Amino acid sequence: MSSDAIAIPSAGTEARTWVEVVHEWVTTVDHKRLGILYMVYALIFLVIGGIEATIIRIQLMRPHNDFVSPQVFNRMFTMHGTTMIFFVVIPVVFGFANYLVPLMIGARDMAFPRLNAFSFWLTAFGGFLLYFSFLGGNGLYGAGNAPDVGWWAYAPLTSRAFSPGHSSDYWTIALLVSGFGSIGTAVNIIATVLSMRCPGMTLGRMPLFAWLNMFMAGLVILAISPLTAAQVMLCVDRYLGGHFFDTQAGGSATLWMHFFWIFGHPEVYVLVIPAFAFASEIIPVFSRKPIFGYPVMVGATACIVFLSLSVWAHHMFTIGMNSYANSFFAITTFAVGVPTGIKIFNWLGTMWGGKIQFKVPMLFCIGFLFQFLIAGLTGIMQGAAPFDWQLTGSYFVVAHFHYVIVGGILFALFGAFYYWYPKIAGRMLNETLGILHFCLFLIGFHLTFDVMHFPGILGMPRRIYTYEPRPGWGILNLIITIGAFIQGLAILVFVTNLIYSYFKGRKAGNDPWDAWTLEWSVSSPPPAYNFASIPVVESRRPLWDLKHPEDPDSRYE
Amino acid sequence: MIRSDQIRKLLSKAAGIAVLLAGALLAASLCFAAPGNPSQLPSIFDTRSTPTKWIGHLSYFVLSITGLIFVVVFSLLVYAVVKFRKRPGDDGREPAQVYGSNQIELAWTVIPILIVVVLFLATARVIHSIQDAPKPGNAVEVVAIGHQFWWEFRYPQLGVVTANELHIPVSEAAHPTPTFLTLLSADTDHSFWIPQLAGKTDLIPNRVNHTWMDPYQTGIFLGQCAQYCGTQHAKMLLRVYVDSPQEFATWIHAQQQPAVLDENVNAGKRVFETTACINCHAIGGTVADGRFGPDLTHLMSRQTIASGAAENTKANLRLWIQKPDAIKPGSLMPAMQLKNADLDALVDYLETLR
Repeated sequence: MSSDAIAIPSAGTEARTWVEVVHEWVTTVDHKRLGILYMVYALIFLVIGGIEATIIRIQLMRPHNDFVSPQVFNRMFTMHGTTMIFFVVIPVVFGFANYLVPLMIGARDMAFPRLNAFSFWLTAFGGFLLYFSFLGGNGLYGAGNAPDVGWWAYAPLTSRAFSPGHSSDYWTIALLVSGFGSIGTAVNIIATVLSMRCPGMTLGRMPLFAWLNMFMAGLVILAISPLTAAQVMLCVDRYLGGHFFDTQAGGSATLWMHFFWIFGHPEVYVLVIPAFAFASEIIPVFSRKPIFGYPVMVGATACIVFLSLSVWAHHMFTIGMNSYANSFFAITTFAVGVPTGIKIFNWLGTMWGGKIQFKVPMLFCIGFLFQFLIAGLTGIMQGAAPFDWQLTGSYFVVAHFHYVIVGGILFALFGAFYYWYPKIAGRMLNETLGILHFCLFLIGFHLTFDVMHFPGILGMPRRIYTYEPRPGWGILNLIITIGAFIQGLAILVFVTNLIYSYFKGRKAGNDPWDAWTLEWSVSSPPPAYNFASIPVVESRRPLWDLKHPEDPDSRYE
Repeated sequence: MIRSDQIRKLLSKAAGIAVLLAGALLAASLCFAAPGNPSQLPSIFDTRSTPTKWIGHLSYFVLSITGLIFVVVFSLLVYAVVKFRKRPGDDGREPAQVYGSNQIELAWTVIPILIVVVLFLATARVIHSIQDAPKPGNAVEVVAIGHQFWWEFRYPQLGVVTANELHIPVSEAAHPTPTFLTLLSADTDHSFWIPQLAGKTDLIPNRVNHTWMDPYQTGIFLGQCAQYCGTQHAKMLLRVYVDSPQEFATWIHAQQQPAVLDENVNAGKRVFETTACINCHAIGGTVADGRFGPDLTHLMSRQTIASGAAENTKANLRLWIQKPDAIKPGSLMPAMQLKNADLDALVDYLETLR
């Protein structure tokens, strides 16, 4: 398992001009560089989406506030949702998959490096297009503006009668373009995992990270395709006189809902399965034990993928489906809780009997476990369709899915950043700043999203730019806003840490966490093409075997 | 190093406490179910009709099961994090490497499946009882039509049309008179939601939806549009007046009358009928029969204007006619640009529409 770099003639150390550096990054097909591009791109949009969230929260700080106009508010929540889902979480999980999957399975690159680059630039172009709507949304009329149809863009709000100008078109085309990028990367991940594994790396010996990212990629193909189809139909409606969703000409508003949510619900799992993947790598290393129930973890994820395709209409319990349809979607929704619960129990089983080290990545993963548990339970409440008739469309559901995406996915993501940053940058992230980041974010998160359940219970609907001074609504919203600012501060600490540690961080070495998967066998950052000689593995934890020749895993598998 | 270990321990405890607080807060939400003044706070646990009462019972059931799961799993997690932490003075040896256990996996698969079955049965029962409830012969029928950004209410049996403030009779246990609503939309999606009386049902163009409620108690119940419908979704408020049978009969009788014609305000009536007002608004018994805006025949019988965005006062009426953006920016009511004299006359006329 040598970690020598392959000598690349052009990889000299002479100083290069910034044009050459930019040219190298723009034309790169290297999976590690593309991974970094995805992550940096996502972090930039995380800050933009965060600013939009802050504007929303300032406006809702007190009743009848007039910080922004209703038009601006509606654009902000539309852009916030679209940005965070399509241009933050998807790119960042693709970034990690791109960077880590080849390293973990002992490959020198992804299966299709050029498709990889093409997919990234499509996704990137999609994001730029969405934000260009601020300038070009009204076409030639003059000043432009961003879409204000909400991130589900329910018909008929997107029809030309209700959405004149081009703002909805920018939304549609941006998602169409980045959707093609996502499908390209998904195909690439599946092909890489299935055909690029090193000798000895059978499917049953792959790190869970590779398994879960393959499931994620499969789900991307299944979920993004109907969304793409719906976007094409919407374009036909708006420009070619089609009437799929144009209710004024007999089109169907519910058809769009079905198309959107058959994408939208699996999409949640597209985002959360990579979070599971991070947790499944980080928790064992810091508990000093192998993952508990590896085959069950794989099977449970397969179950989640399968079940997640049959729950979409639980977003639509209020549209007047009959009682049989509502009952069906209630039971499938409850059923997803079973494999998800199994996963939580297996992580618990991994920690049980271990020696848990509270390093920053582990702190974030423990936060993830607690918060994802709560998010799952509030999800079950909303699976009970009649309860959902009260909860959906209110701030309760906003709190619920932010619990999933921030409390679950983002916490796991921060864990992943702290865990793999040393591999990517060659230097450790500063631990003091890391703990400060964790504390601030934990406090801000709970202040915002725990409290946010209550306005919903007290009858406050979502997506309203202002509200009446009902008892409790004002003070609850003020607390939520304060929490949002604390989270913003935490993100600032995180970004500072990323930049500071890049220059001043402690050198990481190959294997700072005493971990067990193949990426830790090479230098930090890994050399071009990763492995000078392709490794051969004999168990799920090749580095454990190396470090404990007296008691290798291969003996038990 | 010892110090940073202590910090870490403290942190993990802080994290635990924070999550515990989250749970406690969730439990505390139940306290909001205490009966209060219905007109103040539309809490979903302060139920005042049969469908919301059934939903409330199901909610408590689901909350207790999820609460129980929370307590069990949360305790296990806290126990694991505290008990199996790396202690100072650790010998540095790796713990026993355990790969899994089929018995345990089976246990934590089967138990959740049983819970799912129980939850499903309870849920399906409530879905069926609410959605498939038979409509009694004496039910009051109302057609609710969602508009950007106001509510139109029509009583087809009674020949009444009104807006934004729905009047329905109280449903006494001895003589149940539930109200059955047919929900339609004139433009985009809306959602009808009175947390204390009825869960959400959407109003969707080209689709006919239904909901019903049978309030036990008279009073004013608040709600608002719960599906994003455009710029002024926030001020598409809704109030339900639950009247005693006598009050309801009186109200219906008054609403069935054509508009009062007062000779003293003919000037205002002329302004109304010769400007764009009549394009959108109807006033019974006059030539005004517009359908895009609320029916104004009995405007002064309503307490609010602009779909609940403002009190129905003389000053607000003037402002609403002259500069609607001051009350509800982005609403579809145009600024009428009237001369002061015409505006005075018009408001005087509107104030006679009792």
